[in-house]
Amino acid sequence: MNPPTPPASTSDRVLLAHGGGGELTSRLIRERLLPSFNSKYLAPLTDGALLPRPASDVVFTTDSYVVTPLEFPGGDIGRLAVAGTVNDLAVMGAEPVALSLGLILEEGLPLAVLDRIVTAIAATAQEAGVEIVTGDTKVIERRATAGGASDGLFINTAGIGHLRPGIALGVDRVAPGDIVIVSGTIADHGLAVMSLRNGIEFETELRSDAAPLNHLLRGVFDTGAAVKFVRDATRGGIAGVLADISDGSGLSIEIEERQVPILPAARHAAELLGLDPLTVANEGKVLLVAAPSDAEQVLGALRSHALGKPASLIGRVTERRPPLVELLTRAGGRRIIQRPYGEELPRIC
Amino acid sequence: MEVCGTHTVSIFRGGIRSLLPDSLRLVSGPGCPVCVTAQRHIDAAIHLAARDDVILATYGDMLRVPGRGGSLEGLRAAGGQIRVIQSARGALRLARENPDKQVVFLAIGFETTAPATAVTVLEAEHDSQDNFSVLMCHKLVVPAMLALLQARDAPLDGFLCPGHVSVVIGADAYRPLVEQHGKACVIAGFEPDQILGGLLHLVQQVAEGRAAVENVYAAVVTPGGNRVALDLLQRVFVPADAPWRALGVIPRSGLELAAPYRRFDALERFHVELGEDGDHPACRCGEVIQGKVEPDQCALFASECTPLAPVGPCMVSSEGTCAAWYKYRRTPAREVAR
Repeated sequence: MNPPTPPASTSDRVLLAHGGGGELTSRLIRERLLPSFNSKYLAPLTDGALLPRPASDVVFTTDSYVVTPLEFPGGDIGRLAVAGTVNDLAVMGAEPVALSLGLILEEGLPLAVLDRIVTAIAATAQEAGVEIVTGDTKVIERRATAGGASDGLFINTAGIGHLRPGIALGVDRVAPGDIVIVSGTIADHGLAVMSLRNGIEFETELRSDAAPLNHLLRGVFDTGAAVKFVRDATRGGIAGVLADISDGSGLSIEIEERQVPILPAARHAAELLGLDPLTVANEGKVLLVAAPSDAEQVLGALRSHALGKPASLIGRVTERRPPLVELLTRAGGRRIIQRPYGEELPRIC
Repeated sequence: MEVCGTHTVSIFRGGIRSLLPDSLRLVSGPGCPVCVTAQRHIDAAIHLAARDDVILATYGDMLRVPGRGGSLEGLRAAGGQIRVIQSARGALRLARENPDKQVVFLAIGFETTAPATAVTVLEAEHDSQDNFSVLMCHKLVVPAMLALLQARDAPLDGFLCPGHVSVVIGADAYRPLVEQHGKACVIAGFEPDQILGGLLHLVQQVAEGRAAVENVYAAVVTPGGNRVALDLLQRVFVPADAPWRALGVIPRSGLELAAPYRRFDALERFHVELGEDGDHPACRCGEVIQGKVEPDQCALFASECTPLAPVGPCMVSSEGTCAAWYKYRRTPAREVAR
């Protein structure tokens, strides 16, 4: 028999009462959340944030974050929750302005973990230059079996951004001859997280690439280059985004494997797990499509930012029928790239 | 024939078929452990996992393989205790963490994963981990290759032999294929240059009318294999006749627990009898893994049978021939043509 887990001190874990709306809830918010978020919109703790009327159209997005483990090399769920929503706004051509923060905590979650994640949320928001302007906290009953670790924390962030003037992005603008650009090395996030998953653990120098990309993209948009399409390559990896572009435009895409930046550690980890790095998630990389005349300018703008140093021109849009995405492999062959059809599972042998 | 599922995927991923002349046809063999697991074993696993006192530990690939009455994935959604592990020892760890449950490890795979199962059984024996047992589905590669040739209707000139398995069993293990059947055998690793090098050696043997075991993966594969791993297999298991998906029972092509370790056998512990296989009548996975037909010659391929809703096991595993075809070969043109 395993020894029972020693009862945790009630003072260092999340309790159901923290979500009850009473004194404990109030203290949790005032002592552990508010001090990290310096926002005049949030501070009054009103039922909603009253924001000034913008001069341009508003982009509005939401995303939920349920990653396990909560903390991983290069980031945690908090950094992910801010960067992910900021990036969804940025790839729409918006300047991110404000985020909401919904926290769902599992009873028993160590408060020290919550503190670290809240610190990461605040730091990432500051890095991106967005404010957390409203929020909500709920506590759910312990789900873990007796003796198991209680590590539940889910985050929803919604965000609004102001559309940059003169922005016209859309898959319908993509034309034959356009160039496909990736902003950096692929597959880092998915492989870094997988290296910690129960039963797969392997040592790696890989770190998640989770990062807000709004500054990187501002640099690109500021050049005035004819960027036609931008998307962050999260779940489904760059394969998923390429399939979206081909499906949406009815055009083919040819990708040169040699031009796709990937760290040797990522290549080896993917090989070990039997995964195709093109389908592995990123949290700090975008794919862009630009007119051929402007591709070098976009590349230059990406490379002038710390997060875009390894940016690369990886492929070209073609008129080839039927529309499909093809990879010119390192070995000199050709094969089709498809959207992954579900969760990619590591192979067993 | 490339025997191994990892070769199959690597060949597709590297676009290697597009580099080969039409006169060289690659046939994907029975080397995906998920694909060759007989339906009766899946049914037994589902039967065990449905018990309240059992946690079934399985590799993720097995979740979606359809049995007669649904899949493990379906049972899990309905509340069955099924956990995905990545190693045999992960299953044993589950047993330690859940002393009030019986943990059954669904042990599949060839000589690559079998030594890990053997080590785990020894560890369970040493620790008297009485709530741990194994549903033995391990298979042996060479007996299956010999069975393919004995059937005489597989038009094969040679074998690209699996790199990982060969690390364990050694290059000499393929000698019966050369000596009894005159088939060329070349062991290669999984990088495109290794595969192309292996194919070159195979083509040269066939062109020169000779047959030998050649090893282009000599950096890791030795003539005698991994002695430690082979000793483990010999100590913990005994060869046994085994049912292969759609190939039927192949003599001495599987492994059972040896007498001193029988008490860890899940079928015996829970008094489960293996039933019959009831494969979908139109599913041609059996012929696919014998190299008799290509996946797109199956009427179910990419219509009724897709990776999201697989009918046959070759569509389930990421290393299955049909899944690899679906992922890397299927084109919109083909779908339209259908």
